[in-house]
Amino acid sequence: MDEQSISLTVNGTEQNGEAEPRMSLADFLRERLGLTGTHIGCEHGVCGVCTVICDGMAVRSCLMFAVQADKKEIRTIEGLADGDTMHPLQTLFSEQRALQCGFCTPGMLMTAVDLVDNNPSITPPEIKAGMSAVLCRCTGYEGILKAVEAYAKQIKGV
Amino acid sequence: MKPAPFNYIVPTSIDEALALLEEHAPDARLLAGGQSLVPMMNFRLSRPSHLIDLNCIPDLAFIQDNKDHISIGAMTRERTIEESSLVRSSIPLLYEATRHIAHLPIRSRGTIGGSISNADPAAEYPAALLTLDGEMVVRSKQGKRQIKASDFFKGIMETAIEPNELLVEIIVPKVPPGTGFAFVEISRRHGDYALAGIAAQMTLSGKTVTNVRLAACGVGPCPIRLNDAEKQIIDDGLTEKSIQSAAKAAALEVDPETDLHATADYRRRLTAVLTQQALLKAKERAQENN
Ligand SMILES: Cc1cc2nc3c(=O)[nH]c(=O)nc-3n(C[C@H](O)[C@H](O)[C@H](O)COP(=O)(O)OP(=O)(O)OC[C@H]3O[C@@H](n4cnc5c(N)ncnc54)[C@H](O)[C@@H]3O)c2cc1C
Ligand code: FES
Ligand code: FES
Repeated sequence: MDEQSISLTVNGTEQNGEAEPRMSLADFLRERLGLTGTHIGCEHGVCGVCTVICDGMAVRSCLMFAVQADKKEIRTIEGLADGDTMHPLQTLFSEQRALQCGFCTPGMLMTAVDLVDNNPSITPPEIKAGMSAVLCRCTGYEGILKAVEAYAKQIKGV
Repeated sequence: MKPAPFNYIVPTSIDEALALLEEHAPDARLLAGGQSLVPMMNFRLSRPSHLIDLNCIPDLAFIQDNKDHISIGAMTRERTIEESSLVRSSIPLLYEATRHIAHLPIRSRGTIGGSISNADPAAEYPAALLTLDGEMVVRSKQGKRQIKASDFFKGIMETAIEPNELLVEIIVPKVPPGTGFAFVEISRRHGDYALAGIAAQMTLSGKTVTNVRLAACGVGPCPIRLNDAEKQIIDDGLTEKSIQSAAKAAALEVDPETDLHATADYRRRLTAVLTQQALLKAKERAQENN
C-alpha cells in the first residue's frame, strides 16, 4: 500500500511524515521520528506501555494508526521535561522509587498525567484503579501510587 | 507493522460511508475506536481489504436530550459517556456500566457503537442496553431500521446488523422517578472483561415494585435477560426471601461456559451472588429516589 503524508504536532513541534496506513502511531513515533521513549509491548491494548496523549487524552498508540493522527496534537514522554528540568511527576517517580527497569515508566507517566491533570480532585482509590491501566512487572506499584498521589496533591495545591 | 495491508478510506458523511460499505462489503470493515478491531488485525484474525474509518463523521458523535429518551451517536466515545452529566442524571445505569469498561486510555478511543457492534459476550453495554430497553438505529443505502436490544444480540459477537448496514444511533428511554439501578461485576483484574456481570434497574412506588429488569453478561453467548429472576420480585415483592429466590433463579437461567478464566459452575455461583448484590443496591437507590 502507498505511503500517505501526514502532518501532526508532537511535543509542540510540527512534524510532517509519511506512513503506510497500517503503520501504528507507536511505530511512527519510534521509527520515523526517532522518539523511542514510547515503548511497545503487547500491541493489543493490554500492557499500556505505548500510552501517549492525543488531543489531551491518554490513548494506546499501538491501537491508533499513524494516519489517524493527522492534524492531531500528540504528547509523548519526551515532551514532559522542560529542557533539563524534570516534570514534577518525573521527580516524584524518582523520589518514590517508582521504577526499576523503567520499561513501563513512559506509559505510567502519560497515563498519570491524563488522570490527574484532567481530574485534579481524583481520590487515592481512583488513582489505584486508574494506574492499573499499565502493567508493571517490577515495582509492585506501591511507589508508583505514592508518586501519583503526591502529584495529585501538588496539583490541588494542598 | 503487524496488520495485513488494507485500503484506507475516510468518509466525512454518513451517506458517503454507506456508499462505501455497499461497494466494498463484505470484505470491508468499519473502524470506530479500534480498541477491539485493531488488536484483531494485529493478530491477523481480521484482514479487511478496505478499512472505512468512521472517525471523521461529525454526525455520528453526539449525546442528545429528547423528551422521553436520550439519543447517543454510534461514534460517541466511552469516555464522553462517562463524563456526560446528562447520561448520569437520565440513564445512570449506562454511566455505571461505562466505569467497568477497560481503562481510561481505552475509553478515550472506544465507542458505544463499536462495543455494541462487536457484541463481546462479556461486554457491559449490551447487558446495560437490554436492561434499559434501548433501541439501535441502523442504516444502509436502502433505508433505516430500528431494532430493540432484545432482538439485536444474536450470539457470540453476532448482531442483527447486516454487512451493508451502519449502526448510527442508540436510543435509551429516560428512567422514571423512583428508579434505582446497579451494574456489578467480577473480573480477575480491574479493567478486564467480566467473568460475570449483572445490570439491574427497578422502579418503586412506595414499597411496591412497579418495574424490575435484570440482565447478565459474561455468562452466555450474548447478554441474557433474567426473566425468571425478575418474576420472583414482581410476584413476591422485595423481601430477603424473594431476593434469594431471584438469585437462585438467575443462576439457573444463564448459560455459562468453562474457559481459561473460570469454570461454568463458578460463573453460575457468581451470577447468583451478583444478582443479589445488584438487587440490594438498586433497591437502596430506588428508596433514596422515592
Ligand atoms: C485491554 C482492553 C480491555 C477491554 N476491556 C473491555 C471491557 O472490560 N468491557 C468492554 O465492554 N469492552 C472492553 N474492551 C473493548 C472496548 O470497549 C472497545 O472499545 C469496544 O469493544 C469496541 O469499540 P471500538 O469503538 O473500539 O470499535 P472497533 O474496535 O473500531 O470496532 C469493533 C467492531 O465493530 C464494528 N463497528 C464499529 N462501529 C460500527 C458501526 N457504527 N456500525 C457497524 N459496525 C461497527 C467494527 O467493524 C468492528 O468489527 C477492551 C479493550 C481492550 C483493548
Ligand atoms: S503495546 Fe500498546 S498496550 Fe501494549
Ligand atoms: S519498572 Fe520494570 S516494568 Fe515497571
